[in-house]
Amino acid sequence: MKRYLLLFLSVSLLISSCKETNPSGPDPDDFDRKAILENWADNIIIPALTNFSEKTESLKTAGNNFAENPGQKALESLRDEWKAGYLALQHVSMFETPKTMEIRFRNNLNIYPVDTAEVKENIGQGDYNLNLPSEIDQQGFPALDYLLYGLAESDTEILAFYNSGNEASAYKEYVLDLVTRIDSLTDVVLNDWNSGYRDEFINNSGNGANSSIDMMVNDYIFYYEKNLRAGKIGIPAGVFSGTPLPQNVEGVYSREFSKELFLESLTATQNFFNGKHFNSETTGLSLSDYLDFLNTIKNGTDLTQLINQQFEESRIKAQNLNSSFTDQIETDNSLMLQTYDELQKNVILLKVDMLQALNINVDYVDADGD
Amino acid sequence: MSSTSISTYLNSYSKAAPLAVFRVFFGLLMLISIVRFALNGWIQKLYIEPAFFFSYYGFDWVQPPGEWTYLIFAVCGLSAIFISLGFKYRYAIITFFLSFTFIELMDKTTYLNHYYFISTLSFLMIFLPANTYFSVDAARNPILKAEFIPSWTIDAIKLLLFIVYFYAGLAKLNSDWLFQAMPLKIWLPAKYSIPLLGDMLQQSWVHFAFAWGGALYDLSIPFLLLIKRTRAFAFVLVVIFHILTRILFPIGMFPYIMIISALIFFDAGLHTRILNRISTFFKIDLDAFNNSEQYSFNSSISKNFSLSIVGAFFLFQLLFPFRYLLYPGELFWTEEGYKFSWRVMLIEKAGYANFKVVDPETQKRFYVDNTGFLTRFQEKQMSTQPDFILEYAHHLEQHYQNQGIENPEIYVESFVALNGRRSAPYIDPEIDLTTIKRNLKPKKWILPFNDEIKGL
Repeated sequence: MKRYLLLFLSVSLLISSCKETNPSGPDPDDFDRKAILENWADNIIIPALTNFSEKTESLKTAGNNFAENPGQKALESLRDEWKAGYLALQHVSMFETPKTMEIRFRNNLNIYPVDTAEVKENIGQGDYNLNLPSEIDQQGFPALDYLLYGLAESDTEILAFYNSGNEASAYKEYVLDLVTRIDSLTDVVLNDWNSGYRDEFINNSGNGANSSIDMMVNDYIFYYEKNLRAGKIGIPAGVFSGTPLPQNVEGVYSREFSKELFLESLTATQNFFNGKHFNSETTGLSLSDYLDFLNTIKNGTDLTQLINQQFEESRIKAQNLNSSFTDQIETDNSLMLQTYDELQKNVILLKVDMLQALNINVDYVDADGD
Repeated sequence: MSSTSISTYLNSYSKAAPLAVFRVFFGLLMLISIVRFALNGWIQKLYIEPAFFFSYYGFDWVQPPGEWTYLIFAVCGLSAIFISLGFKYRYAIITFFLSFTFIELMDKTTYLNHYYFISTLSFLMIFLPANTYFSVDAARNPILKAEFIPSWTIDAIKLLLFIVYFYAGLAKLNSDWLFQAMPLKIWLPAKYSIPLLGDMLQQSWVHFAFAWGGALYDLSIPFLLLIKRTRAFAFVLVVIFHILTRILFPIGMFPYIMIISALIFFDAGLHTRILNRISTFFKIDLDAFNNSEQYSFNSSISKNFSLSIVGAFFLFQLLFPFRYLLYPGELFWTEEGYKFSWRVMLIEKAGYANFKVVDPETQKRFYVDNTGFLTRFQEKQMSTQPDFILEYAHHLEQHYQNQGIENPEIYVESFVALNGRRSAPYIDPEIDLTTIKRNLKPKKWILPFNDEIKGL
């Protein structure tokens, strides 16, 4: 027995010494997974959040100005800030952290369609509490969309809500509450990243269901599937209900931005995949590089290329859409469905091919395997 | 072998110590497994929380009984203690076999070859006299007490282990495993954070070394364990191999079970030493069991009964894994005849199944959100296995009938990626799954696999 133990020890010694002096194949240190996390946090997530928080700050200021003096000019500048903020949101919406889940960041800012009846009731009665999960569809960017564009046909009529009648101050108050809440929720998330979560995120670089990479990728795919593919295109086009639901378009009241919002989100998801720094042409390490690295090991299909190609196909299809998806659905829904089909193809590439290649568990149960 | 040599073999006796040691440790490890399962919260997560459970064909009647599931686990754990003590052994091992197998039948989502191994092993042990030595039963019943038992009763366990290893080895003789090092090439690089090994696992030659080493290990280890000269070396290999799998894969208690099981191959001397240690520690009088008696079955009927059952059992074990030959198509793709065959760690599958419901009356169509019906774990298993897909479609049919769609049609758009290949369409999307019956016949609605995997 001792003899074999000795044999085992010498063999393992041999293996380990081989490793140190005579590396073969690709350099094992070629790929640093922790660097992906650093790139995500430092060059994508935190910059995008910082940018978004600046936008929500301006939105809040514009909201304040509008509440003080609700004229045409203030309305227009509030609308501009709203749009800028809404576009910036598309770059941060996909990133979940324990904090964003705790405060339901994404849903509080962007659940649509907005429940307009409830919004009106809130304004009329003044007894609302936007912190309640039940009031999630009465706030955020969709509620502002309604209040800034959807109250009436013309701007004059809209402005009348804020200038005359006994509910005018309640309307102003509600707008103020909405922009304040958007800004403060954003600050909570950004502060969390800046005060410790970044390091926690980066240091959780192992493998397993609860590691940063696994969780981020799962959340990313979830966002792509539920919020981008289904939320922005599939649900309004009637893929899940059998009948089109043009009222469920993102930014339905402003009418003309739904395509822009969708394309921004599509770009943001593709940029994340490629590790493209926020607001810059530089790219860093991300899923595309990880897939490329793994592909050098297994010599399979070039998934990075396929996925990027599919992002492009979706974008090309979407170019033909009306800038208002509501109009598009009402005139020719088939173009919406075609765009959905292109988006769907990437669900399969991301969820089946990429997850398999990265060996990421789709499951948070750490059950035994064979 | 002539009939006289067979009968000589069947009438030869060996020391009972190896089987007694096996019984003691088997019971103990089963107890630990059950406790571990419960402490991990898996009873709740796997058998109580899901709203729907996948059944094996013909076993739809086995369903988790809600909170009572805990009781089944308790009974299973308790019987494991009795087995270890050798107390009311026959009742204990039957109870264990039934409760454990019942648990496995409740939801096939959780199928593991390891669990099947435990079920088959505990079934076999029902017919073996594992309680004649070093057991409470033997201490209390002088007639039962026997220092020697028929050799075949020990060899039966060796044979089962032999089949498990050797068949696992045969299954590895395929082109994916040997020439692509798949699926190890997917699994190993993901283990980058393991100290020391992590960097090595990124290298191609390591994947191939593991693949060929694994196949060679499985095919040769039963022989190396049988041959006296190589036995100690083989056992060292067993320990290294299983510890390594424990480090690399989420494999639970299985490595320890296999390591302890391999002890059965050793001569009685080792087992007597083990029992001596235990006896000294617990102040048990081991000598009281050394009565030089030979165990004889209650009657020749009971002996013949046990022998025929064990014989039939092994015939089944040898043949059943080859049932896949009755099905056309690539085994790894269709998984028809894949389970219960010691095919361990051979495939990595990822899938996506999008179910479409059509109401033929209104022509209304919509897609199903699987998360409303299945846990993530169930959805993962469902999306890569045709029998799961069909059973789930039937469940959806029932659900939407209850929702008021009289005659729903259910279609699935599904994609599966196998062993690093690109994802490909899996189930015929034009087939209304509500028109397909569940049975064991070849499933013609699985789309063909556009590649070839050579081998057994």
